[in-house]
Parts: sequence; structure tokens; C-alpha cells
Amino acid sequence: MKRSSAPTGRRTAAEIMAHSRSQIWLSAVLKLLVWLAAVLTAAVIILLVGYILITGIPNLSWDLFAWKFTTENQSMMPALVNTLCITVIALLLAVPIGVGAAIYLVEYAKRGNRLVKLVRLTAETLSGIPSIVYGLFGMMFFKVALGWGYSMLGGAVTLSIMILPLILRTTEEALLSVPDSYREGSFGLGTGKLRTVFSVILPPAMPGILSGVILAIGRIVGESAALIFTAGSGKDNLSFVTKDGFSVFAPLFQSTRTLAVHMYLLMSEGLYTAQAQATAVVLLVLVVGINALSGFAAKKLAKGNDHG
Amino acid sequence: MTKLKETVMHYVFLLAACVSIAAVVLICVYLLGNGIPTMFEIGLGNFFGKVWKPSQDLYGIFPFIIGSIYVTAGAMVVGVPVGILCAVFLACFCPHRLYRVLNPAVRLMAGVPSIVYGFFGLMVLVPVVQRLSGTSGKGLLTASLLLGIMILPTIIGTAEPALRAVPRSYYEGALALGATHERSVFSVVLPAAKSGVLSGVILGVGRAIGETMAVIMIAGNQTKMPGGLLDGLRTMTSNIVLEMGYSTGIHRQALIATGVVLFVFILLINTCFSLVKGREAK
Repeated sequence: MKRSSAPTGRRTAAEIMAHSRSQIWLSAVLKLLVWLAAVLTAAVIILLVGYILITGIPNLSWDLFAWKFTTENQSMMPALVNTLCITVIALLLAVPIGVGAAIYLVEYAKRGNRLVKLVRLTAETLSGIPSIVYGLFGMMFFKVALGWGYSMLGGAVTLSIMILPLILRTTEEALLSVPDSYREGSFGLGTGKLRTVFSVILPPAMPGILSGVILAIGRIVGESAALIFTAGSGKDNLSFVTKDGFSVFAPLFQSTRTLAVHMYLLMSEGLYTAQAQATAVVLLVLVVGINALSGFAAKKLAKGNDHG
Repeated sequence: MTKLKETVMHYVFLLAACVSIAAVVLICVYLLGNGIPTMFEIGLGNFFGKVWKPSQDLYGIFPFIIGSIYVTAGAMVVGVPVGILCAVFLACFCPHRLYRVLNPAVRLMAGVPSIVYGFFGLMVLVPVVQRLSGTSGKGLLTASLLLGIMILPTIIGTAEPALRAVPRSYYEGALALGATHERSVFSVVLPAAKSGVLSGVILGVGRAIGETMAVIMIAGNQTKMPGGLLDGLRTMTSNIVLEMGYSTGIHRQALIATGVVLFVFILLINTCFSLVKGREAK
């Protein structure tokens, strides 16, 4: 203390004033910079959302939602249906696996287990891989090696790998937030581990898991790079009838474009700017709505824990 | 019966946990197994050379590697200062009522699909740069601006919680020593949150280098070596998407090998991220 206060003692009053004045200057500059950055960020968000809405909404028309795609109407309806189907399939695959894996990590594995570390490391790796690399892998594995061709199933499985780490992590966090007293209480009543997991631990963790699942839906809906070379760019409606006759599995192996891919193709063809603008609005509203829903679910989790 | 069910389910959960390991192994095997032999087939000198002319069997991806690095660096120059300052604003300066609007807005930004960002870049940023510079408007500058915007939510989303996690006593201690609010935040709180902020930046690097659909729209995609700030360039990611559709044979293999080089970059970035996070945990 003495050493640090010594120089101040030797300084003249004028020097101390000058120093504090420079500190005030520095503070003012820092404050300005911070506000500037915030204003800039806010301006970008407003510009982005505003531009998409203002240019897109006037271009929305019923033609764009016609059931069948034709060159004249450039309807996004088949793409919307495809997006829905791909989302459902990807979730059917990824949610049970992701939730199961998280249950293993949190409830079954011993702390410091080697396997747990490896699972965490690989999940982190998966979440860092860019979507184009998933697309390449999906193309090589599902399209070429398994011979599925451009198929909805190939795209959905590729996406399910992509969202797996997201679901794993959010479920893990949700399970960890369930107090240990719940587990102790359940075991104390003589309940088995499995029953404890399903009837005591999962219900309070549900909003957290749900919020992760909804975030994953948002990612799937906005995804394009991973789908172009796996699910392809087919613009027809899903159909159970192929040239070989009727098959329940036919749509799974059909080339399908999702809404995001549809928008990319509209843009790269360069002829359909108005339709692309309208598609951008639908895409933006969908994704933002889905993400808002996820935030809502997460808030519900926080509230539930407060009361519990 | 219950005992059996317990054991079976234990292994089912174990199996589920192993899926992510299997996925990483499978991805590595397929990418590396396809890409590395291709690199040798093309010849390393050719593959890492400067000329990409598939029609003449020249598959040099060096310009694209440099392109990816330039674009990522540009995005960092734009995004990192703004991102960190904005995170500081949200954590330490923001009035409560403004926070309730700004925070969801930043999270909204994170959810916007990259194709929509690309569209925005093409329709808004490209014409602006075009008018100001007199060039085509597509190139390094535009790509850096757009990617800088795209990594903002990544950086803010990681840095802000890190700043909030700094114990309040640090800040109060600095105030008590006579530092102003700004000085306390910048010379005490920010350094204390260093590793969290740094991991946000690394995540941003990963997002920028892996970005595909937005870059295609606005980078120009020329195959030559990247030149100045206004020149067009092509990244590894856009090279894959642009040519995969019509490529065959060795050309297609070369594109997959491009993906492998990208994958190696991503693994390096991931390793940096784990190192930083590991240090934070200690």
C-alpha cells in the first residue's frame, strides 16, 4: 500500500488534476466506443430485418403458395412441405439419440469416465464442423456409398448428425439443472434407476430439452449448404407413386429441396428476385418465430425451477 | 424382469452416447479416406499450386486457401472489435429496459439463416460497395463486411456471459480505488473475462471460415489469386458448392479434397477452442 501511494504524495496538485482529467477523457472515449458498437449492431439488425420485410412483403402472393410448383408460379409450397418432412425425420432420429446420450452422460456414467470425455470431445467437434463439410460427407456416404441418390432421407440423416451435439448439450444442461434431491428422494422410495429417469428427472427437464429441440428445428429450417448435395433440388410434390408403382417409402428417396435451398436456387438463377424476396420473408419469419419459441420454453424452465 | 429392463436400457443409453463418437469417426474416415489419396493422385505440387483449371487437369487450391484466410481475417477486423465492445455494452453499460430489447435482437441475429444474410449482402452491401468503389462490388471487402456482421452474435453470445461471470467484487474493487466506471470495466472486468471472450472470437473464426452460402453470393468467386481489398476471390467452401453440381471423376475428387483441407483447418480451430476452454476451467 505504502509503495503505491508514495508517488502520489510527491506529485503536485496540478499533475493530479491533469491525470484525472485524462482519465475522464479516456473514460468518455471508451463510453463513446461502447455505445457506438451497440448502435452499430442495432442498426445492422434493423437494416437486415427491415430490408427483408419491406422488399419481401409486397411480393407475397397466393401464387407462391400454390400446391404444385410450375415455372410460372415458382411456388414454395412443395419446399415448405419438404422442409416439414425433413425436420420431422431428422428430429425422430436425433432427439432419441441425443436425449439418450445425455441421460447416459448425466445419470449413468461415473464422473471422470474416459468415455464421457470422449463423447464430450466428439460432440464439441461435431458442433464445430461447418455445414458444407456435413454436406460433403452426406453426399459421399448416403448418396454414393449407400446408393440412395439425392434423397430426402439422406438429407434428413445428415441434418440429424448436425443437430445431435445441440440436442445433447441442451439436454445435458437441463438434466444437470434438476436438483439431486429429486434423485435421492426417488431412490429413497425404492424406485429403480430407469423409472427415476423417466418419471422423476425427465419431466422437470422437459422445457430445457424442448428449447434445444426447437433451436435445432430453427437450424434445420435455415440450413442450405448441407442439403444441396444430399437432399438435392427436386421441386416436385412428394409422391408415393413411382414408375415402379406404389411405395410407402418412395418419398424418402425422392430428391427434395427445402425452403432455404429453394431460395438459394431462386437467387442463383437470377430471374426470380421478387420470388426470392418473398421466400426470404417466409424463411426469416419461420426461423425467428421458431427461435422465439425456444426462448419461451427456456424461460419456462427457469421459472419452473424458481418455484420448485 | 425389471432387472433385465434396467440393464438393457443402460446399454441403450450407452449406445446413444457412442453415436457421436461413431459419427466423428465416420466423417473422418470418409473425408480423409477420399481426400488424401486424391491429393497424392493429383500430386501435392499441383493440388497446392496456384492455378485451378479443371479442364487442363490443374487443381491448385492455394488461391482458395488464401481466399478463405483473407475473408476470415477481414471478418475478424470488422466483427471482433464491434462484437467485443457490444458484449461489454450489454454486460456493463446497457440500461435494463434497452437490454430487454437488444438482447433478443442479437439472439435473433444468430438465428437468421446464412442464405438470408447472403441475399441481404447481395442486394444491399454489393450495390453500396459498387457505387463507392466503381468495381463490381463483389469481393474481399463486401465478404468481410457481411461475415463480420454474421459472426457478431457468435462473439457477443459467448463474450457477454463471460463478462457477466466476472465476480462483482473485482469491479467494485476497481471503483473503490478511484477508477471510473469505464476504466474499471476495461482494465479489470474485461481482462478477467479474457478466456471467455477469446473462445467467442475463436468460435467466430470457425463460423467465418466455414461459411458457404453467404460468401458465394458476394465474394465474386474468381479462381485467380486474391488481390486487393476490392478484388473478387473464391474461398474453399464456395469452390465446393460452385463446381460440385457438374463435376465428375477426378475433378469431383479434387473438390472433396478441398473439403478435407477445410476440415483440417476446422480441426485446428477446434483444438484452439478446447485449449482455451481447458485453461478457463483451470
